[in-house]
Amino acid sequence: MRAAVDAGIEGIEAQCGGNCACATCHCYVQDPWLDKLQPPSDDETLMLSNVAAERRPNSRLSCQLVVEPALDGLTVELPERQS
Amino acid sequence: MDAQAPILIIGAGQAGVQIGESLRQEGYAGELLLIGNELHPPYQRPPLSKKWLIEPGAHSALALRGADSLRRRRIELRLNTHVTAIDRAASQLQLASGERLAYSRLAFATGALARALPLPGAALGEVLSLRSINDSAAIAAAIRRCAAEGRPVVVIGGGFIGLEVAASARKLGAEVTVLEGLPRLMSRVTAPIVSEAFERLHRAHGVQLVFGAQVTELKASGGRVEAVRTADGCEHAAGCVVVGIGVVPDDRLAAAAGLACDRGIIVDDCARTSDASIVAAGDCTARRLADGRLLRLESVQNAVEQAKSAAAALMGRERPFRAAPWFWSDQYDIKLQMVGLSTGYDQVVTRGDLQKPAFSAFYFQARRLIAVDSLNRIQDHMQAKRLLDHGLSPTPEQVADPLFELQSLLKEVKLATADGA
Repeated sequence: MRAAVDAGIEGIEAQCGGNCACATCHCYVQDPWLDKLQPPSDDETLMLSNVAAERRPNSRLSCQLVVEPALDGLTVELPERQS
Repeated sequence: MDAQAPILIIGAGQAGVQIGESLRQEGYAGELLLIGNELHPPYQRPPLSKKWLIEPGAHSALALRGADSLRRRRIELRLNTHVTAIDRAASQLQLASGERLAYSRLAFATGALARALPLPGAALGEVLSLRSINDSAAIAAAIRRCAAEGRPVVVIGGGFIGLEVAASARKLGAEVTVLEGLPRLMSRVTAPIVSEAFERLHRAHGVQLVFGAQVTELKASGGRVEAVRTADGCEHAAGCVVVGIGVVPDDRLAAAAGLACDRGIIVDDCARTSDASIVAAGDCTARRLADGRLLRLESVQNAVEQAKSAAAALMGRERPFRAAPWFWSDQYDIKLQMVGLSTGYDQVVTRGDLQKPAFSAFYFQARRLIAVDSLNRIQDHMQAKRLLDHGLSPTPEQVADPLFELQSLLKEVKLATADGA
């Protein structure tokens, strides 16, 4: 999320600043990266339950994705809307 | 008016940055100037009373955007720049430096000012309020000094900012007294049942809460605040005082320029002011609702969504902001999430465990859901947000029934969304 916001990516709003409180940084993680991520916390799963756009099996909140070397190349798709 | 002149945005906070970016998304290709009166590039304010107060980090960690992001969008940022007047007849801004800047269209994103305490001693050293990154740093330093010297931090005001500062000060090891003028915490925005949960929470963390406290004077010793005196004659020892008694929309420039203002720049739900070439967004506004009332909101969502409306309006398009307002607060291990406006409720129904606490308060008016406050009940909050945005309401009986699934009311919404609605 931080990288997307720094770069001014329009589809990531992150209104709460990365606190897992608003679900406006929703993204769809592409294969094969989904399995390499830490699974979502209970809080994130609950937030994902009612995101503004369609929830898919690869839905994640980007504020909860911690970038590490093993994730180099990670690709995400952005939903049509965040709010 | 010079149609080729830049669009100027006064105020480089959350709303100002969003107006600039949204103007580019709306296809504006001309010059764009974002004018800020602080020294720091645009930054997030919510952490200033929470995480940042406990663990200040690099300024760049608070930045709203990366250093190159604005430049790439050709949004010119002018910091430390003070606008002193607006000449609407000439479509020009007057700067403190003497320079005048012509504009084709203008946006206000001037934010809000901390409400000052109109009392003897309010100007003493160690009497602080919180709006900016510098304020946050000063408060953090004062709290640490109090913790080291064993002197209490006195917080005046038991609202969001005051309570977040109190929680942070406890984490930093300082003794804390909160003086609240009314009989309960956050009384303007929550029901008694929510106030009581926060009262228990703060007391359990060792905060001394004083209700009905009418502050009359701040007493000094050697130029430093020493105690806060209340109308009942009590003196509350203080190593520093944090004043958190609300904010005042900063409509000074707009009002002086003759725009319609009423404790905020009056805008419609498309962020348009009384001047067709001027818009306003965020904390500085008072939005006229369909029923004629004025709504003043201080939140990130309001700043971002009104800014999108404002940018569209500058491009001659209507993009009304009518979504349910939402807010959040972090205090200790409690995440408070609020959606809707509870003003005027006539019934409150709770769901969940009040003692833990992990519950939500559902506010109804004439059996229609108008707002929900959730304490560590993320799912309730998310569902309530969707319900309110789609004009749906459970009955109070459904909410009171722990076996009733709120989600069942949202099934048709999901289908409608999947159809591209």
